[in-house]
Amino acid sequence: MVRVDGGGNGSSLVRVRGLDKKYRRGSEDIHVLQGLNLDVDAGDFVAFMGPSGSGKTTMLNLLGGLDLPTAGTITVAGDEITHLSGSKLTQWRARHVGFVFQMYNLIPVLTAFQNVELPLLLTKLSKAERRKHVEIAMEVVGLKDRMHHYPRQLSGGQEQRVGIARAIVADPTFLLCDEPTGDLDRKSADEIMDLIDRLVREHGKTVLLVTHDPVAAERAHVVLHLNKGVLFEGQAAGDKAGAR
Amino acid sequence: MKYSALIFSSLFRKKIRTVLTIGSFAVALFLFGLLAVVRGAFNQGVDVAGADRLVVINKVSIIQPLPIAYKERLLRIPGIKEVTHANWFGGVYQDERNFFGQFAIDDATYRPMFPEFVIPDDQWTAYLNDREGAVVGADLVKRFKWKLGDRIPIKGTIFQGTWDFNIRGIYQGKRVQDDTTQFWFHYKYLEERENPFWKGLIGWYTVRVANPDDSARVARQIDETFANSPWETKTDTEKAFAASFAKQAGNIQFLILSIGAVVFFTLLLVTGNTMAIAVRERVRDLAVLKAVGFSDVFVLTLVLAESMLIAALGGALGLAGAKLLTLGGDPTHGMLPFFYLSPATTVQGFGLALIVGVVAGLLPALSAMNLNVVDALRRV
Repeated sequence: MVRVDGGGNGSSLVRVRGLDKKYRRGSEDIHVLQGLNLDVDAGDFVAFMGPSGSGKTTMLNLLGGLDLPTAGTITVAGDEITHLSGSKLTQWRARHVGFVFQMYNLIPVLTAFQNVELPLLLTKLSKAERRKHVEIAMEVVGLKDRMHHYPRQLSGGQEQRVGIARAIVADPTFLLCDEPTGDLDRKSADEIMDLIDRLVREHGKTVLLVTHDPVAAERAHVVLHLNKGVLFEGQAAGDKAGAR
Repeated sequence: MKYSALIFSSLFRKKIRTVLTIGSFAVALFLFGLLAVVRGAFNQGVDVAGADRLVVINKVSIIQPLPIAYKERLLRIPGIKEVTHANWFGGVYQDERNFFGQFAIDDATYRPMFPEFVIPDDQWTAYLNDREGAVVGADLVKRFKWKLGDRIPIKGTIFQGTWDFNIRGIYQGKRVQDDTTQFWFHYKYLEERENPFWKGLIGWYTVRVANPDDSARVARQIDETFANSPWETKTDTEKAFAASFAKQAGNIQFLILSIGAVVFFTLLLVTGNTMAIAVRERVRDLAVLKAVGFSDVFVLTLVLAESMLIAALGGALGLAGAKLLTLGGDPTHGMLPFFYLSPATTVQGFGLALIVGVVAGLLPALSAMNLNVVDALRRV
């Protein structure tokens, strides 16, 4: 059950309360997020939409522990992450978060296998165990036969699948996908969304997705809209204007 | 090591740049190796000098002689255990390019004074029994393909005429750096054959003191003993004597240190710049590593490891090149008999390369460590 009114019970996987984020640009304060509340349960698939600059990526960065809020709290699986030190937050990210980026962000000098293996290097798994995990992840994304290809030898869609394999290989608590289809053609985008959909349905993954693409957002259980730093259920006024 | 792919793969991101940076390390360390060899060659006498030996020369200059009568007077000075003497012969064997040192030695005292030179007893006896006998160093034998019994003509320059010698002994050095390119013969032969001017004169004395800590006092007392005589002396430890002898060729040590410092400073700038560019080019990759959960310290270590790997590869290549070049020994045919890259110098050079690698990588590594993930991921 996804809620944005702050009324969720304590059993939510992701619990956000009064989340504020301000940036200072010159002498001007930019209030990107204003008192956001959010409750997401395990296995939920939530899409966040909103115009550019509405704070979607900022919110995702905060949920993923890449950035710290100005005020408010984020609790994930019982851990409040907003007061963790930099190094603790890094460890927390390694254990709980799988990131999928718009630009894939694969390391070009590593093979697909090596890219996917990266999060496992932080674990105590043996080489054989790491190999097994990577093979499973690559099989899930349908690229087991491309494991030893370099990113430049893959299409955009395939690169993004490798990105997804990297995100799921360590079995994180949830996936944060920032415009994962933003750089793909329709067909590849649909394939990626099929894959994410399957991860939710068949593997019980919790997915928080930021997208501009209404077709992609339709796959989510719930679509939330962010406008001027405020989160809405249903379509916000700004989005309607954008849609017209 | 599970992170090796991460470290090595970065080197192949820009292959030409990596090769050139490794090359600059290799050239610098090759130069370091050669300079160290040349420095070692000039200082060889200093390095092997006996701690308990003093050298007594004519106060005017080493080419001025001293009376042989000083030997007994030296032995009477408290603290002196042994005295020997030698003369520089300065002859030419076949061609002036075939340079090596020839010394007319005092048979009774020279061998015990320099125990680092080892001669079989039977060869020494054969030498003593032959008026024209000579003892030669093993390197010299190798260089001219001599053997025991060969008759060697040496054309005198200070002492006129052609002098024939019979090789009766071959000495070895106890240590690798001992000079085995010398040619010894009887002082008595020189004295008997040379004109009367040289009778009773020798080139220099070497004395052994009972207590090396007493060397300064003994040296002072020797010079005071012969002060205000026609043959005043100048006494130094063998080490100081060898060092001042080496300095006659100029301040090699300073020259080598200056060249070395400039080379390594330039290398530091080149590598530092290369690493800074390498880090700037993959800000996104480093940000991804951090996002995935790699710590700031890991990212710092990764960049430092890359820098050190470049340094290690280049350093090893350069030092191997220097070692190969010096394997052939003295290229001057006798001027620098100890032309050798020692293991200690190799380790020193390699350590120096690693230090340059760390220092050059430090600033880029710190900037990578302090990278803000959110900002870095926004950059296109």
